[in-house]
Order: sequence, then structure tokens, then C-alpha cells
Amino acid sequence: MIGKPIAPGRGVLETTLRDRRQSGDKLLVPYVTGGMDDEWLVTVEAVAGAGADAIEVGIPFSDPMIDGPVIQEASLRALGRGTTPAGILADLGRLHIGIPVVVMTYYNLIYRAGHQRIAGLMAESGVSGAIIPDLPLEELEPWAMAADDAGIATVLLVAPSTPPERIAAICLRSRGFVYGVGRMGVTGEQSSLAGSAREVAERVRAATELPVCIGIGVSTPEQAAAVCEVADGVVVGSALVRRLLEGAGPVGAAEFVSSLRVALDGG
Amino acid sequence: MSSPHSGPRSLSESELIMGDPGPTGRFGEFGGRFVPESLVPACMELEASFRRAWIDPAFRRELDHLLHSYGGRPTPVTECLRLSEELGVRVLLKREDLAHTGSHKINNVVGQALLARRMGKKRLIAETGAGQHGVATATAAALFGMECVVYMGAVDMERQALNVFRMELLGAEVRSVESGSRTLKDAVNEALRDWVASVDTTHYCLGSVMGPHPYPWMVRELQRVVGDESRAQCREILDGKDPDMVVACAGGGSNAAGTFAGFADGTSSVLVGVEAAGGAAMHNGIPGVLHGMRSALIQDESGQILEAESISAGLDYPGIGPEHAHLAAIGRARYETADDTEVVEAFQRLSKTEGIIPALESAHAVAWVIRMAGTEVLPTGSTVLITLSGRGDKDVAQVRDILRRGETTAR
Repeated sequence: MIGKPIAPGRGVLETTLRDRRQSGDKLLVPYVTGGMDDEWLVTVEAVAGAGADAIEVGIPFSDPMIDGPVIQEASLRALGRGTTPAGILADLGRLHIGIPVVVMTYYNLIYRAGHQRIAGLMAESGVSGAIIPDLPLEELEPWAMAADDAGIATVLLVAPSTPPERIAAICLRSRGFVYGVGRMGVTGEQSSLAGSAREVAERVRAATELPVCIGIGVSTPEQAAAVCEVADGVVVGSALVRRLLEGAGPVGAAEFVSSLRVALDGG
Repeated sequence: MSSPHSGPRSLSESELIMGDPGPTGRFGEFGGRFVPESLVPACMELEASFRRAWIDPAFRRELDHLLHSYGGRPTPVTECLRLSEELGVRVLLKREDLAHTGSHKINNVVGQALLARRMGKKRLIAETGAGQHGVATATAAALFGMECVVYMGAVDMERQALNVFRMELLGAEVRSVESGSRTLKDAVNEALRDWVASVDTTHYCLGSVMGPHPYPWMVRELQRVVGDESRAQCREILDGKDPDMVVACAGGGSNAAGTFAGFADGTSSVLVGVEAAGGAAMHNGIPGVLHGMRSALIQDESGQILEAESISAGLDYPGIGPEHAHLAAIGRARYETADDTEVVEAFQRLSKTEGIIPALESAHAVAWVIRMAGTEVLPTGSTVLITLSGRGDKDVAQVRDILRRGETTAR
């Protein structure tokens, strides 16, 4: 692992995000679909350099049921280019961006590869965490144990529909940070921030010391700033991926992420 | 509810082969509830509501009454005299084609619509492949005065245009699904996406024994009436005996699960599910997780789900209900396939010998029986019950076109 700015291991994601929070910064976690075009790794580097605190990389799945049209399209393009989970992880292993990488994917790709095997591959690639939205608390354990052993932080989600006692249990098992789902719905841009985004942030903040980032339905610098009045940070996916689908390229992606950074920094 | 014929002693639910899968919804290693957190509370609420309703005599009375006075139950078992003579085996048909809306799907949707009303939901959503479940859901929504949206793959809308119009006549909105393979699997994805955003007001009326817990169990219980009726009817026809073999087609597998539920415990009938050769999850699939369940899935080496391809839209699904995967694993049921060519032949043969035009889905079960009759699998002189899950009116135009072209694609 010589030469890796971020050593794989337990707590890298959480430590990094806590440190940033400690210094008074809001956390910015942009999402890019892995393999969506020839330049995606350059995009990841550009986004990392534009003020991201961690980056979420989607490993595309044929049936992304929690994703709206934008991420669906990006996934389709990626799969059309022959993208595989192993290929994405190998690519990420060559990346030197200085911030934690969290992969987001669906459980069948994990299950098919084998829990221990893919957790090991993630660790070897310098990945710090994983978000698996179709793996709820009750079904989590076989994966989470393999992930813990490999030093991969399994980030769990809290939804607007999650009852209080369940929030506590989810926060207890989540690693790295807690992902608050901003609205009831699939991923996608919204013209205004749902009231549920702030409510979820408040409820999760009250339940855990872990950093709390809100995603799904956070689309603009204004919305990001508004939700961060309560939350520790934001995950921004569809708004960025749409720009990439429209041809913004690494430069355009970095510009958008910079605008989010400026808004979060109070600018 | 146990009949005097159900065996030397009554088994508890947990001892039954097709009993209650418990709070985790497990059938052996299969089943479960693999859904995004947003949907977990809704699935839990649905499970709790169904558990309460299913032991509530008032709910059961109302359901039975509706299935009788509105759905046309009980459906008969017909002995196929001419086909039996030709095949040398005694063929009985459970006539779900005679149920209201033309298939067994009505049993499930009337139950779920009643449950949705109890839960205060005012909107039903559904996925559909061949359109039979969509038509049934639209029917139940009309009956209960509920809003109804049906998701249907664009490919399926084309090959089942008449069913699209039926759903619209019944007051439902049919939404074309353009993503992925544009068939049943993608319609399920879209229905789940709708449900994530609408779960407060909406019940997802899933059409088969698939999806997250409690659906595989709940839909099997709602379809159990097919098997329970069949078993009693067969005993009358067969002088108190059970059929040697019970055969049903299986896509998601709801008519098969409902039928098997009447025979899995307390009989030694051989249970056979017949899949489409181009969508045979039990034959070509391996365990995986899709649409909220762990089951057998057709997938590539990375775990990407592959597209099923069959002549019948209703069987075009790359997975199968988790309980079927379990029944196969423990050896209580076996799963076979029929290809498009023999299905079209069986479609015509049942029409000509018995005056019954089967749904293409159901014709898979008939085709397999025709192929196996007289072999050691189904020896001359044995008795076989086939669940005829639906009628073939919806498929007549498609079969006409296939016969005019003078070809079916053998798989």
C-alpha cells in the first residue's frame, strides 16, 4: 500500500469526516457513476480537487431500483461500455486523490462476488466505505461482518419513514457516517428542498455522534447550504451526473462542485 | 381450518412445508426483505396488517364472499376426456381460466385490495407482464373505487395491446416502461420506484409470489384457494385419491405456489413447475438478490440481471418466487421447462381436443405434460392435475400471427 495517501483501514472515512467537521467545515460528498464515460476517473480527480471531502462512486447495476432517470441512464451507459465491479475497483486502485472513496452499489453485485472477496478487493483498491441501499439493517450482518474485517465502513441510510427506535439501531450499526435520505423517492433533482430533508437531519443528529450527510433530492448550492444548517454535509448525485451526461466533462463537473463548496462555506 | 383428510395430526405452521416463513420471511435460505430503508417500514406495516387480517374471521368472510359472488369461485376441475385418451394419462384441469378477468390473478388482487382498504390506502399500483395482473388490479380498483396505475414494459404493451385497452376501460392508467429490457422485470422496478415516493397513500399490489417479505408468503396464501379447492375436487373425481402429479406454469410462480400449497403437505403428489425455456430461473439461474428477495436469478458472472425471453409476456421474468427455490432445494417440487414451439402446439391441441383455449403461460404446463405422458416420469395410467392459470383470448392474435408466419422460434 506504499504511496497511497489514504491507507485502507477501519475508521478512515469516519476520522476524515469528523476532522473536517471539527474544523467547522460542512461535508461535501459528490457522486459519480463509475465507468459512465471514458473520462470518469479524470472527473473523479477533478471533483476531488474542487472541494469534495469524500467521493461516492457508483458501481452500476442492471436494475437500480432506488435511482431515478439520470443515474439509470448513467448506469446504462456504463454497462454498455462493458463496466464491471472488478474493473471499477481496479481503476479506483490507481487513483490518488487524497480523500476517502465510498462505493455505492446494489447488493446482488456484492452477493454474487462473495462478501469477503469483494470487501477485500475494495480494501486493496483503497476504498474506505460502501453504501448498499437495498441492504437494510435486518439483512446486513453477513456483509457488514466481512466489511468490518476488511476495514470497509458500511454506511447505513435513515429515511423520512424510519421510526425513532429504528433510527437509533441504524445509527449504532452505521460506520463512517449516516446517510440521511432527504425525501421519500428515488434519486433525482428537485426544484425545491423537501421539508423532510431538514427533519431527517435533525432526527439523525439527535441520535448519533457520527457525521450526518443528507442525500437524495439535494440538487443546488442553495439547497445544499439550507440542509447543512442542520446536517453535517450533503451527498449530491443526480445534479452532477446530469451535467456529465450533458457533456460538462471534468472541467464542468469541477465548476459545479466548486459552486457547492462555496455555498457550504457560507459564500 | 384443517379438513378431516389432512393427515393423522394437525401440524403447526412452522412444521408445514408451505407454512409461515416467520418475521424474516425466510424459505430456507431464500426470501427476505432486501429493500431500501424508505420501504422497510411499509413492508413491516403490510406484514402486520396481513397477519391480523388473515386470522380475522370478518376479513376472511368478506374475501370468501367476494371471491364467490364477484370472482366466480369455486372454479371447477374439468376432466379432459379426449386428451386423456390420446395421452394415456388421466388429465384434470383446474379451471382458473373461468375466474373473473380470465385468470387466477383475481384471487390475489381482491385480497390485497381488501387489505389496502383496511390500511386506509386509496391508490393501487401494480406491475404487469402479460397484462392479466394489471387487468385484475384495475378490476379490483374499480370495484373498491380506488385510483390505479399499472406499470407495463413497452415491449409487453405492444404484444398485449388488448389488455392495455382493457385496463384503460376499467379506469386505470397504464404507464409504459422504457427502461432496461422493457418487460416485466423493468415494470417491477418502476412500480417500486413509484411506491418509494407514494407509500403513504399507496398500496403496491404485487402480482406474484415474489418481492420483499411479506409478498411471497401473502400472495401464496391468497392463491392457496386454488390448491385447497383442487385437492378436494380431485378427491371427488379420483375416488378419494390425490393426483399422482400436480403441474403448473411458473414465471414469478403465483398460480404454481397457490396450487402447490394445497398438496405440499399431506399428499405424496409430485409437484412440477414449468418455466419458459427462455426465462427459466430454476434451470439457468443461480441464487441472487433482486426486487427485495433472495431467489434463483438469471444473471451474468458479475451479478448483472439478464433479460428473459419467451413467447409469453407473463413468464418473461429472470427470477422466480423464493419459495419455489426453496421447494426445489428440499426436493418437494421439481422445475422443468417448455419451449416456444411446443407451447404453441399445446395451445392448439388443447383448443382442438377440449374446446379450451389456454393462456400461453398455462400452455407451458400443458406442453410439458404432453411431452412427458407415457414416459417413466408420467407413466401411462397415472393421473395429473394441471392448473390452467388463465384463458387464451389475449393470446389469440399473437398465435395467429405466429402460425401465419409458419414458425416459432425453438429454444
